[in-house]
Amino acid sequence: MTSTSAANASPENWSLPEKGRVGILGLILTESAFFSIFVAAYIFYIGKSATGPYPSEVLSPPILNTICLLSSSVTIVFAVRALRAGRRGVFAMLWLVTFLLGLEFILGTALEWRHLIYQEALTIRTNLFGTTFYSLVGLHALHVTIGLILMGLVLALTLTGHVKSEHAERTEILSWYWHFVDAVWVVVFLTVYVVGR
Amino acid sequence: MAIREEGLALGPAESELPVLGKLHEWVVTVDHKRLGLMYIGGGLVFFLVAGLQAATIRLQLAMPDSRIVPPEVFNRLMTMHGTAMVFLVGMPILTGFFNYLVPLMIGTRDLAFPRLNAFGFWLWAFGSILLYFSYIGGDGLYGAGSAPDVGWFAYAPLTERAFSRGSSTDYWILSIFLTTVGSTATAVNLIATIFCMRCKGMTLGKMPVFVWLALVVSFMMLVALPPLSAAQVMLLLDRFLGAHFFDTQAGGSAVLWQHFFWIFGHPEVYILVLPAFAFANEIIPVFSRKVIFGYQVMVVASCAIAFISLGVWAHHMFAVGMTPAGNAFFATSTMLVAVPTGIKIFNWIGTMWGGKIRFRVPMLFSLAFLFQFLVAGLTGVMMAVVPFDWQLTDTYFVVAHFHYVLIGAIVFMIFAAIYYWFPKATGRMLDEKLGKWHFWLFLIGFHMTFDTLHFAGLEGMPRRIYTYQPGRGLDTLNLIASIGVIFQAAGVLIYLINVIHSLRSGEIAGSDPWDAWTLEWATTSPPPEYNFAVAPEVRSRRPLWDLKHPDDPDWKYE
Amino acid sequence: MADANSKIERGGVFSPVSTPAHDIQTVALFVLAIAGAIFVIVAGLLLFAAVRYRARAGDDAQEPAQVYGSNPIEFAWTVVPILIVFVLILVTARTIYSVQAAAKPSGAINVTVIGHQWWWEIRYPDLGIVTANELHVPVSDKRGSTPTFLRLESADVAHSFWVPRLAGKTDLIPNKHNDMWIEPHKAGTYLGQCAEFCGTEHALMLIRVVVHPPDEWQRWVAAQQQSASADTSVARGRQVMESNACVNCHVVRGTNANGRFGPDLTHLMSRGTIGAGAATNTLEHLKTWVEDPSVIKPGALMPAMNLRQEDLNDVVAYLATLR
Repeated sequence: MTSTSAANASPENWSLPEKGRVGILGLILTESAFFSIFVAAYIFYIGKSATGPYPSEVLSPPILNTICLLSSSVTIVFAVRALRAGRRGVFAMLWLVTFLLGLEFILGTALEWRHLIYQEALTIRTNLFGTTFYSLVGLHALHVTIGLILMGLVLALTLTGHVKSEHAERTEILSWYWHFVDAVWVVVFLTVYVVGR
Repeated sequence: MAIREEGLALGPAESELPVLGKLHEWVVTVDHKRLGLMYIGGGLVFFLVAGLQAATIRLQLAMPDSRIVPPEVFNRLMTMHGTAMVFLVGMPILTGFFNYLVPLMIGTRDLAFPRLNAFGFWLWAFGSILLYFSYIGGDGLYGAGSAPDVGWFAYAPLTERAFSRGSSTDYWILSIFLTTVGSTATAVNLIATIFCMRCKGMTLGKMPVFVWLALVVSFMMLVALPPLSAAQVMLLLDRFLGAHFFDTQAGGSAVLWQHFFWIFGHPEVYILVLPAFAFANEIIPVFSRKVIFGYQVMVVASCAIAFISLGVWAHHMFAVGMTPAGNAFFATSTMLVAVPTGIKIFNWIGTMWGGKIRFRVPMLFSLAFLFQFLVAGLTGVMMAVVPFDWQLTDTYFVVAHFHYVLIGAIVFMIFAAIYYWFPKATGRMLDEKLGKWHFWLFLIGFHMTFDTLHFAGLEGMPRRIYTYQPGRGLDTLNLIASIGVIFQAAGVLIYLINVIHSLRSGEIAGSDPWDAWTLEWATTSPPPEYNFAVAPEVRSRRPLWDLKHPDDPDWKYE
Repeated sequence: MADANSKIERGGVFSPVSTPAHDIQTVALFVLAIAGAIFVIVAGLLLFAAVRYRARAGDDAQEPAQVYGSNPIEFAWTVVPILIVFVLILVTARTIYSVQAAAKPSGAINVTVIGHQWWWEIRYPDLGIVTANELHVPVSDKRGSTPTFLRLESADVAHSFWVPRLAGKTDLIPNKHNDMWIEPHKAGTYLGQCAEFCGTEHALMLIRVVVHPPDEWQRWVAAQQQSASADTSVARGRQVMESNACVNCHVVRGTNANGRFGPDLTHLMSRGTIGAGAATNTLEHLKTWVEDPSVIKPGALMPAMNLRQEDLNDVVAYLATLR
């Protein structure tokens, strides 16, 4: 059912939005509010660390990770379209690519953190930069991980033949969550690696 | 009384152990009506517990230099009383009512996501038990565990490890985090239900104002609850991983906690009061025998309140040392939010005007609500005048103001709602005579306590003190305030007797005992599990008025 | 000399004796008048409606006329509150600025107040005076105009400085400093207390502001600027103090007690109370306090000193000379 304006007056053409979509939008709204507070704390504490290491000294923009994550938003759109059209093989492949791109992001983040912790001696307790950096980037990475787990579940169900074109709407809703995670990354990236550096 | 669906197999266990079977039904239920009742019932249990804590506080403060409880215990009492009343009483009871009534009022079968509904409830239940478990489970490293004692808003850096040893603060963080996630889930559920499941003909402009308020409150919850959770996560990181969000000894900011907390905290109090308005919007018209005066304005005003209330939070922080411009901004926004709020009072009076008012118990509570909310709103405006607030903030004047809202407006309307909808949920009326005793005793006690506390604040009594010295002009005021508790307790006791008695032998209600006009009264009392045998179709905001007055239906005038 | 044991002048928000408190009272009365008028009108209408439109017994069962709204009425009762709010905002802004943005005259007394759990450290940087829990200031009248400007800081958690007869409250926030001022026109002793929950003994963090006429003020300053009296008859007690942990937390100027965690004791006996108002400053209470502060103020951060009775008596005798 397509979502239409809820102001349809006459009972004959009574149609209301899909509850799955409204539900995921509600979740996105509330998660946005949650992230905003961590972004606010990050911005508040820019330049306030009493001791180093400082962002400009140790941060380098994670370009590859970003490209992978943002591309995965494109591949997931095509994946869902493929499933709606009944092309389950194409869907499975595109879904797998999406998953792998997301996985690269997580692994890349892990490598970046390993470098920061062991080579640059930056931890969450080192200074205000460490506190706000790990919490904001970590919160986002947690959301990516949750997305990967859910996508992995869908992947497993696909590979065992359980996912069919009538499930396309559900994968669409999951893809909206994934787009949200990517949009948050744009904000986090700008805040941490551009504005804050 | 639930009508079983055909083909539902009855396991042998259920017929052998009927009590266990019934319990099992309630534990696994996803029915919005049962979950709603569980929220309300659970909330009322904590109302009694936190109420006893308040009574103990007032017992201590009845006389100067009192040491009935030592300072540590007192500080736990006041923290737990506040925390429990907001998260374990206010939130569940009010969302419980939304849970129960919204599907009925929009003519549908259940909420959009019934299992999510159950999940939210059990999260709340677990979180609420966890909070009180802190009394026995909290023996941290220094033996200074036990219940949280940092005040319900847990200002930093008092909550940092350095100043709050043991795990009491951690209990506060974790239990409230859980209940908040549960509330958020309910909010998503309500929004999806209201947008996606209304019966035919019920456009957004034809929903009862009650449902509009459920929608508005849910949006507010989605936006305002996360800041608290975020701040709590930050505090947890400070306490366990050595982060420095609010660690002033390492450059962190104590004021940042206050900002984050009140960005949640102020909308939270509107989240608590808007449901009280929702009750008033249904009860006052029915007992005045008139349609709500100014439906569109009521809806717009509700949205305006929600929106503006997101921008007033720092009026809790006027003494913190913000710039004059900052203070002036928040004074302005706070006074502005008073405008749509005041308009609602006028619209309620307008609804009563020209009516034929029936003074049954729900209406008595609603009338008291109108007077008391008026006073609370006015004292709120007084505190928006920043320089006056510099005297009043953090004193018993504020305590009196917010209890005027929380009890005078919200609890009074909760009682009104219980008397009004109890017949629908149980099929029996609550006793009118006992109800009147309940009302008058509670009213007298409420005013004895909270009218006098305004003056204690003006006389120099700050908040959260476990004792005060004699000869400061506070003795008599505090004694009267404490005596008021006895009357309130008596009122609540009579209410409990009323409930127990009426459940067993109350007058049978029928589907529409109050001659009301919204869809919940179009089905039996209590409703069957599926709510409506046939999905309703509506043409106006008062479908039952249209049925009862076919010559003069609402849709001709709307 | 108005000593700190003299009678506290009772009174709260509506008994101002200092300029900021006066300004606040003025704006408060204005707001109260408006709020009172609104209450009378609205509550009156409500009462009238409840009485006039009640259902009467034997009434016909007909429903009253259904009125869905009225644009003119709703417009009116939207505009009027907005106008009232507008006036209030202007009045509020004016007083905010007059209090917060007040210029500091050259004759102002400068004081730094540092909040601790659960006592007030009070320093006069220009006068070289350090004391605790009692803020002494000169009366300020039109001729002299000697207000006192306070710089507020905190050593641990958030506190709030509130003496209602003198000014509104301002918080003491760690890692931040705030400024406020008082300008009392009447000599006397005024009581206030911490107004931000700061832990166990928040209730017993009282502050006394002693306002002196000019000549008294000069005498107080001169006395406080002296080092501790060196009365030889209590030399044994002084020795007890100097050889115990007392020196780690307290300053007694002129001895080797040099600790900054607790109150400055150089002129302990010039103060009317101990424990920030927890008990009056008598020898009896002093002895109890030194022996075990938690008897008077449970949770106080000073530990029980576990002195032998003889040492305890001697050190109290010594403290008694620190006028």
